[in-house]
Amino acid sequence: MKNDRPAVHPLVVRVTHWVNALCVIVMILSGLAIHNAYPTLPFTIPPALTLGGGLIGGLRWHFAAMWLLVLNGLVYLVYGLASGRFARKLWPISPRAVVTDLRAFVAGRLSHDDIGRYNAVQRLLYAGVILALVFAVASGLAIWKPVQLRGLVMALGDFDRARLLHFWAMAAIVLFLLVHVTMALAVPRSLGAMIRGR
Amino acid sequence: MNAPLPKLPHPDSGAILREAARRASPWSRRQFLRDMLGLGSLTLLTGCDIVDGMSAEAALGRMSDFNDRVQAFLFDPERLAPEYPERMITRPFPFNSFYTPNVPEKAPVIDPATYRLAVTGLVDAPRGWTLEELNALPRVTQITRHVCIEGWSAIGKFTGVRFSDFLRRAGADLTAKYVTLRCEDGYATSIDMASALHAQTQLTLMMDGVPLPRAHGFPVKLRVPTKLGFKNPKHLVEIEIGNDYTGGYWETYGYNWFSGL
Repeated sequence: MKNDRPAVHPLVVRVTHWVNALCVIVMILSGLAIHNAYPTLPFTIPPALTLGGGLIGGLRWHFAAMWLLVLNGLVYLVYGLASGRFARKLWPISPRAVVTDLRAFVAGRLSHDDIGRYNAVQRLLYAGVILALVFAVASGLAIWKPVQLRGLVMALGDFDRARLLHFWAMAAIVLFLLVHVTMALAVPRSLGAMIRGR
Repeated sequence: MNAPLPKLPHPDSGAILREAARRASPWSRRQFLRDMLGLGSLTLLTGCDIVDGMSAEAALGRMSDFNDRVQAFLFDPERLAPEYPERMITRPFPFNSFYTPNVPEKAPVIDPATYRLAVTGLVDAPRGWTLEELNALPRVTQITRHVCIEGWSAIGKFTGVRFSDFLRRAGADLTAKYVTLRCEDGYATSIDMASALHAQTQLTLMMDGVPLPRAHGFPVKLRVPTKLGFKNPKHLVEIEIGNDYTGGYWETYGYNWFSGL
């Protein structure tokens, strides 16, 4: 049956979404392997939840996947800004609407009938995770190149603080992923739309 | 130990390094830009090859070589590593080594009277420098941050000879590509000439106002504040100038060679 409605997610969004998903998972798991070599916070991550088998492999994965993450992310950001998709889908985010939609969600009354239109909580989370990813990349660049990019390190405080902020950016992304994956499975049509477009 | 010093056996020989040398040698800006264009296909390959451990390893190795070239491109010879006030010095300065157990008691014991620092390879006249000769050279002091690849960092005060000055005095060919650093304890690493000539790269003789303690590299270490800690070798006994990639101890295990900060 022919479907003439415009796609909920154009091809460029779907491709960059899944490439990003792969990159983010590789970056998180390899990042946790790097974390374990000198824990930023007083705990280590079980090796089963890391990628690379240790510091050396973790670094090799991290510094390989970062290129794909950044290139793919740039395509996504340029498209989102230039096409008006961000302005259309993620804006405005009103705190009042977020509270209202959150209450409706808790009461089980939040509708997901139109998956092409994001509710206020979705807008907040999607915009938030985009910013968290941008921040993760910026803080990552700061600790990768603290001399060449010393201004960036100073903007974040100092080297150790930049490293800690890089960790918190990762933690924010993990929290997002837990909610995002749960909701995608709870509303399978949204998962289908990100694969087939509608 | 008499000059000329025999080359210490170090683990960075063999097929792995010849392969690495083949891949790492042509690193001009043009090569970098060519690689930038090829990056898309390379990263896609990385994704496709995950099923095959060996190809994944090879792809990660190619990415690490690519990162060497990117970092050489990003390296600004004029950009100085931040310097800190005395009050920020980390005391005690952390000890770390490549050997196990990782304890200062295993650090080599070197007799200052017989110590020689050999400068070999592309130099006017290869020879060994005594500690007395090194101590007579003009010195500079820096308080900079040592950043370990493991993630910790520490601020230390280092005093010694500006490495570019030393290389000139030693008659080194400053147009050569690599400076290989070999140590009394068998450790080895190598750096690019641009980093070797950086204003803060220092042949360090003193730390925190006293001669380098045994744990921290007595009698001589190379301080490279624009590179990670493992590129700052302790107990230096040979500096070789050359055009052939020589890698290093940790580099053989997969640490990124350039490792610039």
